[in-house]
Amino acid sequence: MAVRTTNQKAWLFVLPVFLLVAFNALIPLMTVVNYSVQETFGDNVFFWEGLRWYQQVLHSERFHDALLRQLAFSFIILAIEVPLGIYIALRMPRRGPWVSVCLVLMALPLLIPWNVVGAMWNIFALPDIGLLGRAINGLGIDYNYTQEPLAAWFTVVLMDVWHWTSLVALLCYAGLCAIPDAYYQAAKIDGARPWAVFRYIQLPKLKRVLTIAILLRFMDSFMIYTEVVTLTGGGPGNATTFLSIDLVKIALGQFDLGPAAAMSLIYFLITLLVCWVFYTLMMRNEAD
Amino acid sequence: MPRLRGLPLMLYIIFLMLPIYWLLNMSFKTTNEILGGFSLWPHEFTLDNYREIFTDPTWYSGYINSITYVVMNTVISITVALPAAYAFSRYRFIGDKHLFFWLLSNRMAPPAVFALPFFQLYSAVGLFDTPFAVALAHCLFNIPLAVWILEGFMSGVPRELDETAYVDGYSFPRFFFKIFIPNISSGIGVAAFFCFMFSWVELLLAKTLTAVEAKPIAATMTRTASTSGYELGLLAAAGALTIIPGAIVIYFVRNYIAKGFALGRV
Amino acid sequence: MARIGLRQLRHSYLPNPKSEADWALKQIDIDWSNGGAYALLGPSGCGKTTLLNLISGLLQPTEGRILFDDVDVTAMPPDQRNIAQVFQFPVVYDTMTVYENLAFPLRNRGVADEEIDARVREIAEMLDLTATLERRAAGLTADGKQKISLGRGLVRPDVNVIMFDEPLTVIDPHLKWLLRSKLKELHQKVRTTMIYVTHDQTEALTFADQVVVMQEGVVVQVGTPVELFERPQHTFVGHFIGSPGMNLLPAELREGAAWFDGQRIDTARAPGTAEPGAKIEIGVRPEFISLDDSGVPAEIVKVSDAGRYRIVETRCGATRVNLLVGEGIPVPADHAFLRFDPDHTQVYADGWIVN
Repeated sequence: MAVRTTNQKAWLFVLPVFLLVAFNALIPLMTVVNYSVQETFGDNVFFWEGLRWYQQVLHSERFHDALLRQLAFSFIILAIEVPLGIYIALRMPRRGPWVSVCLVLMALPLLIPWNVVGAMWNIFALPDIGLLGRAINGLGIDYNYTQEPLAAWFTVVLMDVWHWTSLVALLCYAGLCAIPDAYYQAAKIDGARPWAVFRYIQLPKLKRVLTIAILLRFMDSFMIYTEVVTLTGGGPGNATTFLSIDLVKIALGQFDLGPAAAMSLIYFLITLLVCWVFYTLMMRNEAD
Repeated sequence: MPRLRGLPLMLYIIFLMLPIYWLLNMSFKTTNEILGGFSLWPHEFTLDNYREIFTDPTWYSGYINSITYVVMNTVISITVALPAAYAFSRYRFIGDKHLFFWLLSNRMAPPAVFALPFFQLYSAVGLFDTPFAVALAHCLFNIPLAVWILEGFMSGVPRELDETAYVDGYSFPRFFFKIFIPNISSGIGVAAFFCFMFSWVELLLAKTLTAVEAKPIAATMTRTASTSGYELGLLAAAGALTIIPGAIVIYFVRNYIAKGFALGRV
Repeated sequence: MARIGLRQLRHSYLPNPKSEADWALKQIDIDWSNGGAYALLGPSGCGKTTLLNLISGLLQPTEGRILFDDVDVTAMPPDQRNIAQVFQFPVVYDTMTVYENLAFPLRNRGVADEEIDARVREIAEMLDLTATLERRAAGLTADGKQKISLGRGLVRPDVNVIMFDEPLTVIDPHLKWLLRSKLKELHQKVRTTMIYVTHDQTEALTFADQVVVMQEGVVVQVGTPVELFERPQHTFVGHFIGSPGMNLLPAELREGAAWFDGQRIDTARAPGTAEPGAKIEIGVRPEFISLDDSGVPAEIVKVSDAGRYRIVETRCGATRVNLLVGEGIPVPADHAFLRFDPDHTQVYADGWIVN
């Protein structure tokens, strides 16, 4: 990073960003905080409730289950998408006419609206007329994602892998392209095997882009909503009801604004905490 | 060996293309054929689904609405993020670190948290059901991202560039537009790509903030799925059409993807 | 350690080279003896790095053969050639310590641990790296990193040749000199064949016993630094080496001698005859021109002081001629006569020296 000079006028440059984001973040956040400590029966009549909703949410089994599902989901997709993304990036051509073709085809899922992704997979995985559903059933495995929790999880995870692995792969690919040729040549001369090249050259150089990739993937998978709702609606039962889905059910379905707001804030804080811990760990490692 | 080396990549790309193929396959089928059973390609090929979308204003206006707010959001995000990213990369000022982390933290707020307050906020200021509402709301997560990406690119530009320009007698605005911005054009390309991407694919807020006038295409699709029964063919055709703007954008930025993504600073 | 022979080596980056311009290396035939210090010198794009990569095996030549001690290694991959290379930008394995970096080439070849340890410590001592052995390599300065790159070559007892590709580019000026003399000292100690690629004449001339000067894919001269200075085989060598470079004066051949501006010029060798229509030039270095009472008349254009001597820029008719004048010798204000030292005055036809 370039050496920075102290200049308080820099605030003028930041002001538009600050105002726009503050308008979008602070006012709704205050609204949420406001709801989270009150009870309402409609007609804009509110009663002070203190921290009751927070206690209720924190002790609610429903919240625990949804949080657990959410964490499990983020963990599973990170465990699949990060290694797979790195692997795909390693296999991509560095030059030649196929580079553009690969990049364009791989980036395609990233730019499909999330509910279309859900709808697409809904059709794709239908046990009777969907290609995937038909193929799995054809293998002699009973598969119906609208009825069996395991099949539903499998489909949701597969959909997310389909949707987002390319982001990890593209970030890693960009990181790999930034490694100067001399490193590979030195490794060749030093007699390094492919595994050593990966372990001692590629992986260390990928650290920065991997940090970005993991942070983005964690945040977005932890907040996943639209795709899953369109695909499974959170079912069967509550099998794929993640935190965000549960939240919308409570807030808009049951109109329990108080508990929903308290839950939102707890949810937000958990996301923030995990990202902060991860980011700090990565940065401390860097400084060593 | 080279053929075997490319095999995993080919399998992966085939895996990516299969659901898209299935969507296209469905979109060219008649409702009868879809309900009739399983077939790998359309036996009664038809363009009726597409014809209906292009002739029904409730369908095609959805596209126009979506593209309107996505473009507006990208322009707003990049415009305000540029000076802010410059400030973060060049100056130290009171609260800079906290501000930066606070900005990023908004990227971590689940949109579900903000859905209801957003509805109330934008109704209160009279922007509800306009493209402005969605364009502004998407700033919540796109501005932090744009600042983050641009700051990384700007930190890669040596300070000497600024100093040389001042010595040569450039005023700040002239330096910024004539020299600095061309120097980080690939960064702007990457940031714009991400803003476009996240605004185009987001639905929860877009749906919450619109009703009739500014309804995005993706929301129109949910109506089809729920109300008018199971018009799978129409749904598939509408879905297939939402892929096109994204594909066009990717085609334009394809040369930035490999070079640009690595430069952002963590 | 090995003798290196290049036989009719040609290389093109294009799959089907057609015209002469398609070849990055036009034709190279060189023999380097065991334990020598050699430099490849030339401007950017002259093909010197291409040649280096052909020897190391990072590139496969389009035509020709490469011999190490009479063994044809043309088809061998780099790791089997037992070579080492130091790159322009320091290459170290960031996550490893300095010790692990130095041990890496040996570990990859399955050398026993005790032997690795002994070798690494010996080389570290030689390179003054002993104090930093346990530190992370990423934290070292550029010159430290270049030493590690060099060390990874030196640890291998069987290394045939160590190659340097502009290794001082990113080193601070005041450290360049230190590292350069360290290299020279190491070469005298280990006596491994070393090839040093550079566009900097000072680096080449101080490091090498023999310098190969290249231009546009062709070797224009192979010689000791003294030979390159005193008897350039080609006008390119004349003006590329030396500061300022050799003066070149348009001339014609008449009566078995070279004539410039109507004056007969005495030269090292009688020029004889050249191909009709060839471009004839007289080449003489500024060091070998002196002021005199008679000779070639010249107008003084500019005098600049370079410390122990002055560079005098003159004009003889339409031709600029530089000469060096020692301290204490007066320089006339406007007109002067120049004398060329006949032993160091050469005649060139179409760029090449006339014998």
